[in-house]
Amino acid sequence: MKKNESYEEFIKGLWRDNPVFVQVLGMCPMLAVTNSAINAVAMGGATFFVLVGSSFLVSSFRNLIPKQVRISCFIIIIATFVTIADYSLLALVPTVHKELGAFIPLIVANCLILGRQEAFASRYPTRLAVLDALGMASGFMLALFSLGAVREILGDGALFGIKLFGDNFEPWVIMILPPGGFLTLGVILLFFNWFKHKKDEFLEDVAAAERGGN
Amino acid sequence: MNTDARKETSSPSSIRLVLTLAIAGLISGIAIIGIYESTLPTITANKARELREAVFKVLPGVTQMQALVYRDRELVVVAQPDKDEPVVYGGYDAQGDFVGYAMPAAGPGFQDTIAILYGYKPAQKIVVGMEVLESRETPGLGDKIYKDMDFVGGFSELSVEPEIVAVKKGTKSLPNEIDAITGATISAKAVVRIINEAHTAWDGQLPAPGSEPPYVATEPADNGAGQ
Repeated sequence: MKKNESYEEFIKGLWRDNPVFVQVLGMCPMLAVTNSAINAVAMGGATFFVLVGSSFLVSSFRNLIPKQVRISCFIIIIATFVTIADYSLLALVPTVHKELGAFIPLIVANCLILGRQEAFASRYPTRLAVLDALGMASGFMLALFSLGAVREILGDGALFGIKLFGDNFEPWVIMILPPGGFLTLGVILLFFNWFKHKKDEFLEDVAAAERGGN
Repeated sequence: MNTDARKETSSPSSIRLVLTLAIAGLISGIAIIGIYESTLPTITANKARELREAVFKVLPGVTQMQALVYRDRELVVVAQPDKDEPVVYGGYDAQGDFVGYAMPAAGPGFQDTIAILYGYKPAQKIVVGMEVLESRETPGLGDKIYKDMDFVGGFSELSVEPEIVAVKKGTKSLPNEIDAITGATISAKAVVRIINEAHTAWDGQLPAPGSEPPYVATEPADNGAGQ
């Protein structure tokens, strides 16, 4: 039972409560840096590090932080992790840091991260908080990557900078410009909602059939 | 699940609130100083290496460089330029003979400031190389200013007299014309404008060809020679 519960905390972030497609959080980096797959993955990685680190600390200290100043404490913790991520990227992979530019410091303002601290990490034991953060961060990364990949493939005919279609491909330029982010996100959200609707209908049908059978 | 019993009881004193934030701030400060101090050498070294590589790239044949600044109406060699002081890099070959200047320049692009370095030979008044140091141009479009090798390669033997002109791709006919990039015209024109502006600004300050500051021989240091 216990194992199932932890599994559930991890897996919910990937699909059922996906931070981007279901909770619609973290839209700023989602739309801004997903114009190529590599940027999306780097941004996802940085957010992953910050979210997991912050959730771990917030959950560990949840009994020591008075609730009146909890938001300030969360922000201090998050900002520290963001600074660490910022300088590490600058030192280790300057080229990636160059591309992401101002969006790394802006991770502090990503409401997904603060949201998880307030809604989960500050209320649950460390192990569950870390699992929740791992799940949510992976879900966020997955979402960024799917958007980045779609936009790069359609807008530049490439994935991770590798040309896919040869010279005759005419890039759909708008996809790598900001409107492309909105278009792609809209289509993906549409799919998610359609899928959820279908699933609910299916479950209702099953329930109805079972009632009828009895 | 694990409801925090304390939250329901009396509110903590102000001192406790202040202390909590102070301690959190202190720990965070120490962590940030730690990461700053530990990454600073790598970051500085990366930047110096990038600059060095860029200078050697825009000035073919150059193996040594030194920083030059315009002070008291002449171009002088400095070990470490002051912050925000305009600087050019003199490029010299293995014998220490002057080859050309590597000129940093920056200006507005399509999205944000584009910073470039271009190689300039004052004797012939030509641009011999261009390297984008910093740009946030749109990936797939504006970033062709450094990914499109036809465009980057166009900055060789490019005359700055009377000024560089970006023309439609494939229509270059004069020595001061360069083929722009299809789909990235604004960014390409921005690069050309940045070079033209930097050239105008520096033109009066560079010494007459042949009387450039000689190379101050020391072991090749990242920012030019010492005293």
